[in-house]
Amino acid sequence: MTPGARQIVFENVSKFYGEVLGVNKVSFSLEPGITSLVGPNGSGKTTLMNLLTGLIKPSQGAIYVLGLTTRQPVEFFRQVGYCTQFDSFPPGTNGYDFIYWPLRLHGFGHDQATKLTNEALERAGMAQVARRKVAGYSKGMRQRIRLAQAIAHHPSVLVLDEPLNGLDPMARSESIALFQAIAKQGMHVIISSHILEEVDRISDRVVLMSSGYVVAEGQIREVRREVRDHPMQILVRCSNAAKLASAAFELDHVVEAKILSDGHSVLVRTRDAEQFYLLLNQVVSGGLVEVDAVAPADDDVNSIYQYLIGSDGSPT
Amino acid sequence: MSVRESIARVQNSLKEQPWRLYASQISVLVRNEVRRNLFSRRRIWVYLLALIPVLIILTHVLFDRHEPAGLSQIENDTQVLAIIVQLYYVRLGIFFACMGIFTWLFRGEMVERTLHYQFLVPVRREVLVVGKFLAGAVVAIALFETAVFACFYLMYSRFGSAGRSYIFDGPGLGQLGSYFLVTALACLGYGAVFLALSLLFKNPIVPGVLIMGWEAVAPIFPAWAQRLSVTFYLKHLCPVSFPVDGPLAIFAIVAEPVSPFIAIFGLLCLTVAILVLSCFLIHRLEITYTAE
Repeated sequence: MTPGARQIVFENVSKFYGEVLGVNKVSFSLEPGITSLVGPNGSGKTTLMNLLTGLIKPSQGAIYVLGLTTRQPVEFFRQVGYCTQFDSFPPGTNGYDFIYWPLRLHGFGHDQATKLTNEALERAGMAQVARRKVAGYSKGMRQRIRLAQAIAHHPSVLVLDEPLNGLDPMARSESIALFQAIAKQGMHVIISSHILEEVDRISDRVVLMSSGYVVAEGQIREVRREVRDHPMQILVRCSNAAKLASAAFELDHVVEAKILSDGHSVLVRTRDAEQFYLLLNQVVSGGLVEVDAVAPADDDVNSIYQYLIGSDGSPT
Repeated sequence: MSVRESIARVQNSLKEQPWRLYASQISVLVRNEVRRNLFSRRRIWVYLLALIPVLIILTHVLFDRHEPAGLSQIENDTQVLAIIVQLYYVRLGIFFACMGIFTWLFRGEMVERTLHYQFLVPVRREVLVVGKFLAGAVVAIALFETAVFACFYLMYSRFGSAGRSYIFDGPGLGQLGSYFLVTALACLGYGAVFLALSLLFKNPIVPGVLIMGWEAVAPIFPAWAQRLSVTFYLKHLCPVSFPVDGPLAIFAIVAEPVSPFIAIFGLLCLTVAILVLSCFLIHRLEITYTAE
């Protein structure tokens, strides 16, 4: 049976390059919104994206995008736009033609293709330089013109492989706003990135990858719950770090309390955050210390990723 | 499922295809590929391959001070033109030009790392094969028919009224038509072969040389095997035969006579069969630039 018409579904997908593993037994389904693929180089992010868009074929398993497969290319690629990491362009092409001609292959007439091309160039902030040869573009401009091509036909699924690479802070922020706007329209945006902080900020969910395996998948908080047995880090900035650290150590579930170099912050690692927050209330109400700020230090992708993958990149 | 049901299913499937979209996609692909292939510095060597005989004949016309010696000289030059077309163009010029043009259609895009753009648009891969093949054919045919015409024109223009009479009142125009046909069919046949080779092999040069060897030795094989070579069909369409001896004998084809209709139809069937094979092969192609 064909999976849901709104979902992206990977069913037990594996890809081997000869004897080399690309990805292994990947199964998950994604709802519309921004999904981030996170993992170190060689973890299988690009392989997963190339499988999703049919640039490579799975050794086993099946992939459905909105109920379609790449065996129906005409319907499939009207729904999907893919901004790859390949930094190469047809020789001699300019920015405008790079977007216009693929739109003609979509079946759009000249007028419609021209309108969509101009619109995509505007959205990517490339309208002013569209008639210049792509070979003369900076890395950031090349990134943006590829993004413009991927969004030009208004796809329902936008796949972006490291889309923020090479962008200056302004362009990066504009691109993120664009991804969020697209996702708000009920579309899928799938992003791979090493810039974990930004991914964390914009993602509705994450897929964490390592060595070809999906090690965790879901909303960031859900993923955090998946690793509940792992100590959570809480950063407390207070008037007397030593006293707070000492009180924290008396609790069984606290495995570490580290006073940071500023002398006013304590990083507590605990297996039971709620109990620690209760202690903190008692300490404050007892007047032992004054607390300036409390924040979970690892409720972001980066920390979860560190928990799950470890320093050598192997799954835990 | 019965044969009748299968046929009905195929017919329904064909009826449901968006043929108008495919036609417009092929038209766009041909336009783009022709622009990339015909007007490219990378193709200068193909121009040279096509123009070498033209330049030689032009040199001959410009610097040969002897007065053309009437009809016998025309017949002599007609033989020379036949050798140029049959031995140089069909055996070498078109062969190597098609190797360069048609293998580059897909393999070149792999080398330039741009093929993924073609695979990420709503175009069936079969349509991609047909579009690129037609683009290559347009380029090769335009180039070599122009070159053959230039050879023909230069060859007979120096004879003045006798030359005009040979062309318009004699067999000249018919021979030119036959050369155009042979040139076009050679481009289609070799083009299809090299397109398929580029989808089968990462480096199609070696199998290309083997194909050249096959085309040379096919005449010594049984008749059915000869039909698998491009030159088998072209031989029967050439309007002028010439005695071949010495080192040129290696290129001689001794084949049982075949009617022009069978020759044209046979070569077109061979071309279509190879293109169908290419349509199957393109589905196996994956974008793995690092492996190139």
